[in-house]
Amino acid sequence: MALRSVVSRKTLAPALRHYRSLTTFTLPDLPYDYGALEPAISGEIMRLHHQKHHQTYVTNYNKALEQLDAAVSKGDAKGVVQLQSALKFNGGGHVNHSIFWQNLKPVSEGGGEPPHGALGWAIDKDFGSLEALVKKINSEGAALQGSGWVWLALDKEQKILKVETTPNQDPLVTKGVSLVPLLGVDVWEHAYYLQYKNVRPDYLTNIWKVINWKYASEVYEKESA
Amino acid sequence: MALLRSIAISSNKTITLARSARSLTTATLPPLPYSYDALEPVISGEIMMLHHQKHHQTYVTNYNSALELLHTAMDKGDVSAVVGLQSAVKFNGGGHINHSIFWKNLRPVNAGGGEPPHKKLGWQIDTDFGSFNALISKMNAEGAALQGSGWVWLAFDKELKRLKVETTANQDPLVTKGATLVPLLGIDVWEHAYYLQYKNVKLEYLKNIWKIINWEYAGEVYEKEAQ
Repeated sequence: MALRSVVSRKTLAPALRHYRSLTTFTLPDLPYDYGALEPAISGEIMRLHHQKHHQTYVTNYNKALEQLDAAVSKGDAKGVVQLQSALKFNGGGHVNHSIFWQNLKPVSEGGGEPPHGALGWAIDKDFGSLEALVKKINSEGAALQGSGWVWLALDKEQKILKVETTPNQDPLVTKGVSLVPLLGVDVWEHAYYLQYKNVRPDYLTNIWKVINWKYASEVYEKESA
Repeated sequence: MALLRSIAISSNKTITLARSARSLTTATLPPLPYSYDALEPVISGEIMMLHHQKHHQTYVTNYNSALELLHTAMDKGDVSAVVGLQSAVKFNGGGHINHSIFWKNLRPVNAGGGEPPHKKLGWQIDTDFGSFNALISKMNAEGAALQGSGWVWLAFDKELKRLKVETTANQDPLVTKGATLVPLLGIDVWEHAYYLQYKNVKLEYLKNIWKIINWEYAGEVYEKEAQ
C-alpha cells in the first residue's frame, strides 16, 4: 500500500518529463555543388536558397522548438497554440527544402533522365504519359497564387499518383495524411527570380532537365510496397 | 389579370435584353508618376521596371480576362462559373488595386520622398502609436514576419477613427481585413518587390523604403477620409 503512494504517477511523471530531450535540426548538405545544376538553376540561386533561406528555416524552427518545449513544460497552453504558426512555417520550410535538394540532380549524374520501372508505369496509368504529367505540374505551378509548392504525390491509401499544391511552406501532408511527396517544385519567387525574373513558366519548363527521377522512384517503390 | 400578367412577363423579357447591352469597364496599367530609376538607390530601376511593366501589367491583363469571362457568365446566368471566377478576380483585381496604391506611396527623394508626415496625420500617428519611429518599427516587424507573399499596410479605420497596422496575404486588398479600413500606405513584401537588390534580406528593404515614402499622399487620403 505504501509502495503504491511512493510510485504514484504524480511523483514519477514530473521526473520523467524533465528527462525528455529536445532534438534540434541542422541544415542538410547539398549532394552536389552550387553550380552543378546550371544552366537550369544558377549557382547564385542555389547558394542563397540553401545557405540563407533553408538555413533560416532551420534556425527559426529550432528556436520555435525550444520555446515549445518550455511552454509544454510549464503547461502554458496559450503559448503552445501560439507557437504553431512558427512551427508549421519553419518546420515546413525545413521539411520541404530537404526533399527539394534530393529532387534535383546534375545532368552529368542522371538529372533529367525520365523515370523507368514501377514509377514510369504508374505515371502512364494515372496521367496518360510523362509529358501530360509535366504539363499538369507546370500549369498548376504557374497558376499558384503567391508562394508555395507543386507536388507529385503518391496517395498511399488510394494507391494513385496525384498533383497537389500547397501554399507558403505547408508540407504536402497538410493536403492529406496519406499523401507521400515524390517530387516537390518550389515556386516561391526566391527559387527562380534572380535568373528567370517574373517568367515562372520558363523556370518550370527548365527544371525538368535536373529532376532526379531516381530518388522519386525509390520513394515510390518503398511506399507502394 | 391575365392580360396584365402577360404584359409584365413580356416586359421582363425586354429587361433581359437590356441586360445584354450592359457595358464592361476594363482596367489599364496606370503610368508611374516618376521614371524607373528615380527611386534609386532605395529601389533599383530594374526592379521598378519589372514590377510595373511585368507584374502589375500581368495583373491588369488577367483581371480584364477574368472580367470578360465574368461578364459572359453573368449574361448566361451561369452561377457555377461566376463563383469559379472569384479567385482570379480577387487575385488579379487585388494585384491591380494594391500596386496602383503602391506607386503613389513612393516618391523620389528630390520630390519630397521620405519627408515625415506633418499636420493631422502626424498627430494621429503620435496618438495611435506613440511616435513616428514606433509606427515604422511596427510596420517593419510585421512586414518581416509575414509568411509567404503579401502586403503590410498603414490603415485608417473610418469607423473607430484610428490608425492601424494590418497585413494581407498574397494580393488580398486591405478591405478584406475590414470594410471600414482605408489604405494610407501599403508596402509590397512579395519577393519580387526586393529580391534582385536585397536578396533574402527583406528587413533591409523595409528599413530603406522609408527614405522614399510619399507621406504627402498618405496625409491627403487621411484628411479626406477623416472628415
